[in-house]
Amino acid sequence: MNFELTEDQRMIVEAAAGFAKRSPVARMRGLRDDAVGWSPEVWQQMAQLGWLGLALPEGVGGSGGTIVDAALLVEQLGMVLAPEPIVTSLVAAHAILAAGNKAQRDAFVAPFVEGRASLALAWAEGPWMRYDRACRAVAVQGDGGWRITGEKRFVLEGHTATHLVVTARLAGVEDSVALFVVDPGMPGVTVRPLRTIDGRRAAHVKLDVVVPEDRRLRGDGKPALDLALDLGAALACAEGVGIMRTVLAMTVEYLRTREQFGVKIGSFQALQHRAVDMFVETELARSLATAAAIRVDGDDATERRLAVSAAKVQLHESGRFVTQQAIQLHGGIGITDEHDVGLFFKRMVALNAIYGDADYHVARFAEGG
Amino acid sequence: MDLSFSPEHLAFRDEVRAFILTEMPPHLRAKAEVDAHFEHHEVMEWHRILHRRGWVAPLWPAELGGPGLDATSRFILSEELELANAPALSPFGLAMVGPAIIQYGDDAQKQRFLPKILSGEEVWCQGYSEPNAGSDLASLRTRAERDGDHFIVNGQKTWTTYAQHADWIFCLVRTDPNAKKQSGITFLLIDLKTPGVTVRPFLTIGGTPAFSETFFDNVRVPVANVVGAIDAGWTVAKALLGHERTLIAAVGAIGRTIRTCKQIADAHDLDQDPVVLAKIARLEIRHRALQMTNYRALAGAQLGHAPGPESSILKIRGAELVQQAYELAMELMGHDALAWFPEEGIVPELEAGIASAFCYLRATTIYGGSNEIQKNIIAKHLLGLS
Repeated sequence: MNFELTEDQRMIVEAAAGFAKRSPVARMRGLRDDAVGWSPEVWQQMAQLGWLGLALPEGVGGSGGTIVDAALLVEQLGMVLAPEPIVTSLVAAHAILAAGNKAQRDAFVAPFVEGRASLALAWAEGPWMRYDRACRAVAVQGDGGWRITGEKRFVLEGHTATHLVVTARLAGVEDSVALFVVDPGMPGVTVRPLRTIDGRRAAHVKLDVVVPEDRRLRGDGKPALDLALDLGAALACAEGVGIMRTVLAMTVEYLRTREQFGVKIGSFQALQHRAVDMFVETELARSLATAAAIRVDGDDATERRLAVSAAKVQLHESGRFVTQQAIQLHGGIGITDEHDVGLFFKRMVALNAIYGDADYHVARFAEGG
Repeated sequence: MDLSFSPEHLAFRDEVRAFILTEMPPHLRAKAEVDAHFEHHEVMEWHRILHRRGWVAPLWPAELGGPGLDATSRFILSEELELANAPALSPFGLAMVGPAIIQYGDDAQKQRFLPKILSGEEVWCQGYSEPNAGSDLASLRTRAERDGDHFIVNGQKTWTTYAQHADWIFCLVRTDPNAKKQSGITFLLIDLKTPGVTVRPFLTIGGTPAFSETFFDNVRVPVANVVGAIDAGWTVAKALLGHERTLIAAVGAIGRTIRTCKQIADAHDLDQDPVVLAKIARLEIRHRALQMTNYRALAGAQLGHAPGPESSILKIRGAELVQQAYELAMELMGHDALAWFPEEGIVPELEAGIASAFCYLRATTIYGGSNEIQKNIIAKHLLGLS
């Protein structure tokens, strides 16, 4: 057992914390009403810092780091709610790495590492994902490549993605999942942007498009999708830890300074205990989030699935409690849009809904991964 | 012991249901069915419909325009209206300042203010909390200084719910700066059109402007607008807080949200899912416990008993269950829960307003005396701990 950071990891955390200082929550707040919702300039900076390729192999221009490295970064970015589409791009990039060939990696992943592109995974269809990851979108092989028809919902950051990694079932092959890289500008692709609860954007994507053969990722789509979504869940957990740590610190600070009845409200034992409960939940979630990131780096898919599901369920329980209590202990001011605590609360709601909600992960854990 | 309503009360319930069915206009019904947000003018439209039937102010005595209903009928009326998802009327005139004027006001105030509260011609809001006086309300600093027949009011109130729609505000102001906390506070009615009053609405985390800050800059208010005695406003405010806690418990609203959960489950083909069914059932059982506790309080009130311990827990549990019901709705919505003020067609219409309400309703455990304050009250007055 070793939970110590390496020297490299310490540098990642330091650099990310430095960025967070220069990029406070106010930046994200200002981007909520923006049609893009994130900053292309910051995206460039992130590329230059090597963050986009942090958890990608050197072959595509990355630094060959681990998912643990990425989790440390994402946790720091979560502390200021940085809205750039790093996680959503990484998720799609790993699907391409898992199922694509060298030419496809070079064509689609490398530009992301350089900050010239962003990626999104378009997999969800119905509103619900507990049992049903089956695709209704279908791909038929014909002249000139594959014709894909279907509809994808809540494609996170799909409104700005340069490339979409789309799941579809192969016509005539039962229970199949194949992956295709589709560009939003292709004829027959409609991207309808929508606002999400956390002030970000997603898209509903309608597909009736023909893509050439070289847009199909030939590897098995199922394990690739599974891995990509688990990566997303693990990074959601890391971001959630960043959120919990932040709102806990905000709340403790508030308890220390807010006066009612002539004393600091932090002197009330009932509120002290609540703050302690928040701390306990934060640390428990942090433990499982770390374990999940380590397992996503590993080779054992069952262990990975168990660890990710455990962490995501813990995120649901801890994250909900911590952010709700953060609002409660701030009292009325916590209900205002002006106060940052609500932004963290709403991002946590989103994190709990994406990459498999608690019900999905409880069921998967119960089945043994 | 008897769990059923009397035949008279059952008949009244049928009467209320029939009234809602026939009198709610189609455009309000359409919104009610999908739990959509009612605009202020729609709330006032419904206010006038209830007023015509004489049901707009269930708490008021018959001679002042109330319907003369007993406690159980009042509860039935409120529960049925909430179950039907009728627009929730603003409580500040009907349930707060109205009863305060009835109990503590003079005849001139009764004649001046009560009829327009009933008719909806004048809308009220509440000026209690201040940035530094929340749970510790008695530490409020907005001051009113005597100048002949007037008070000059200076200060700031916050959480003045829907002040942007209101004509009048009832305030707690400090009239004796030297008195100890609760004494030296006066209950004052202020016309929001008076020069020097500024209302600044602000957004909640639900993305809607439910609250305002209200600023007073040398606002001249006639002394005749004091309700009760000068420096004795705390008595008036305390009496108001004690009014019908049962109504705050929002039993009907929780029941309606549970129904919404079932509709969402249905729409998502989850209505046979044992995990989902168990979650809804657990919530329903908690709701039933609250409802039955509310009935106990009511039955006591009907017999003229002072409110027992059961009524004190209604606010705490009611506020929590409202939140839990919306939380479950959000869970059942899956990815749809992500959509924020969605355009048409993004999510089913029934779900479009849930996320915003879910966020805003984090306020239920904070407003009207936070749950922490409620627990302090119970610990001190019911359990004898201090």
